[in-house]
Amino acid sequence: MSEVPVSWFLTLSAVLFALGVAGFLFRRNIITVFMSIELMLNAVNLTFVTFSYQLKQVSGHLFTFFVMVVAAAEAAVGLAIILTVFKNRATLNIDEMNSMKD
Amino acid sequence: MNAFIVISLIKVAIVFAVLMTTLAYLQWVERKVIAHIQVRPGPYRVGPHGLLQPLADVIKLVTKEDLIPSYVNKPLYLAAPFLAITMALLSISVIPFGPTIEVAGYKTWMQLTDLNIGVLFVLAVSSIGVYGIAFAGWASNNKYALLGGLRSSAQMISYELPMTIAIAAPLLISNTLDLRMLVGTQAGGIWHWNLIRGGQIVSFIVFLIAAFAETNRVPFDLPEAENELVAGFHTEYSSMKFAAFFMAEYANMITVSAMATLLFLGGWEAPWDAKYGSGWVPTAIFALAGFVALYHGINPPRKRDRLTFPAFGVVFLGIAVLFQIPMLQEWILPLFWFAAKTGAILFAFIWVRGTLPRFRYDQLMGFAWKFLLPVAMLNLVATALGVAWLA
Amino acid sequence: MDVVLFLIFAIIAVVCAINVVVQTHPISSAISLIGVMGSLAVLYLLLGAEFVAAAQVIVYAGAVMVLFVFVIMLLNAGRETVRGRSFMVQLLGVPLLIAFLGLLAWIAGQFYKPGTGVHFGGFTGGSPIAIGRALFTTYLLPFEITSILVLIAIVGAVVLGRKEMD
Repeated sequence: MSEVPVSWFLTLSAVLFALGVAGFLFRRNIITVFMSIELMLNAVNLTFVTFSYQLKQVSGHLFTFFVMVVAAAEAAVGLAIILTVFKNRATLNIDEMNSMKD
Repeated sequence: MNAFIVISLIKVAIVFAVLMTTLAYLQWVERKVIAHIQVRPGPYRVGPHGLLQPLADVIKLVTKEDLIPSYVNKPLYLAAPFLAITMALLSISVIPFGPTIEVAGYKTWMQLTDLNIGVLFVLAVSSIGVYGIAFAGWASNNKYALLGGLRSSAQMISYELPMTIAIAAPLLISNTLDLRMLVGTQAGGIWHWNLIRGGQIVSFIVFLIAAFAETNRVPFDLPEAENELVAGFHTEYSSMKFAAFFMAEYANMITVSAMATLLFLGGWEAPWDAKYGSGWVPTAIFALAGFVALYHGINPPRKRDRLTFPAFGVVFLGIAVLFQIPMLQEWILPLFWFAAKTGAILFAFIWVRGTLPRFRYDQLMGFAWKFLLPVAMLNLVATALGVAWLA
Repeated sequence: MDVVLFLIFAIIAVVCAINVVVQTHPISSAISLIGVMGSLAVLYLLLGAEFVAAAQVIVYAGAVMVLFVFVIMLLNAGRETVRGRSFMVQLLGVPLLIAFLGLLAWIAGQFYKPGTGVHFGGFTGGSPIAIGRALFTTYLLPFEITSILVLIAIVGAVVLGRKEMD
């Protein structure tokens, strides 16, 4: 058996996505939350490429490419926002950014 | 399968040995050239003409006290030079030095591995090499080292963009990412090289300038200059780890010079066809060097040179004869042309270091984003229009 | 051989991903995330996606993560304090997660017949030529729109990073 079953790739992708969701929900540091989002996007990329292999088409690779571009743009703007928030509040804990709460 | 593994291991051993020697002697060449630019002799005491100076430097660095300060972040502190030099050496593994040769019945390339995304591999490995410097700055737990490391990494990633776009232009002409096929499309003489026939002179210059910045060389070496920021990211490093950063810098220099040769100057192809006598060029150059050395050996200005100049003369004449042996010619001539072109670009690196002052950091970053990147993009558009019109 | 490679890099990816979520200092999380991206790049090579693997290392691990590392080093906010969580959540959380993922793995396994697995060389359409051809013919509109998106992101980042002129 020198072939890896396709379902193993999909399971790995599900595991990474679940860990990303766990990090997003449980962590308090805003940069770690951001990194969990990137982990989720990577898991989705793996799924796209796996299905592209299974259906023998190149479209999955292209969607991965677009997801990477969007993730890069989002990281750039998100990190700029984080820097601005840190300049104003001197904290990276998302529990303390609650001035719009009633 | 077995023969493939054995041949690959032999090639790895040869390339590693040659690369390490070249790194050591590249430093000797740099010191001699900069010294002669500044009208002074450079190292000449240790061994004839300072040729054993790299050995003395290695002994000094190895026997220096390897100090690890107590306040550093130990895992990252130890991993950073390792990462820098691993990535620098890894990118040599896809550089082709010559055509396919046949040794004792086995056909093999003069290259460690031929990837069909060779250009992307070199770019990927140099992107990861940025982390070595960033982590060195962070792990040192020192404000100056951190600032130096961040400045250096920001400079490297900023100049990666014009470099990549400058690489894209000859790729449009050669139509392949495979480094061996890239040289194959430039075969046939100097008028087929991407620099001349493809008209990629602007790309070549942008690539070289970006390469200066990628390898942290003058005029872009503000983050690691000794009189700025207390020596930047390698402030807290001593002996072999410090040596590792410098070996990484020289290995990166060799890689970008080799990439420039492969992309723009036709790799290992001779400038004109062998049947018009390009096989005589290396012989002529080495014979000339040998006769000049012998001539100066007759009445040398320094007494010690009465022995060394004739010895060098005989060695050079021997190498000149070596280039004429027909059995060796098939692989030693391409190797000579590749080494000559890469060596010319390395000489340009050293020449610029001896000549230009360094940029201030904001001038450096403004130059990348406001000048080099638009120029590279315009060149890419012009090349694309040219390729579309002529095809 | 392919199975061994997959298992090695999948285990590295999962361990690094757990590390991203569990570590208290953001720089350790960032290094672990670089590890995840590197092992995913190897898995893409196994799936015949060589251009995507190179793009993953150049763009994701080599540029986006460098941005993260810069911001963490510049802000230097230090370790995160772990506040108390309810005991019930800690007791039930990880076993429930493992049970859920195990169920998902079993269901996914039911869909695929044996013999249609992944091996090196099973898909050769991931070369740069194939991607370029598809990108500039079928997917031209998304390509142009993402380039405008990147332009908007650049302008946004420059505006946010500017010093306020008072």
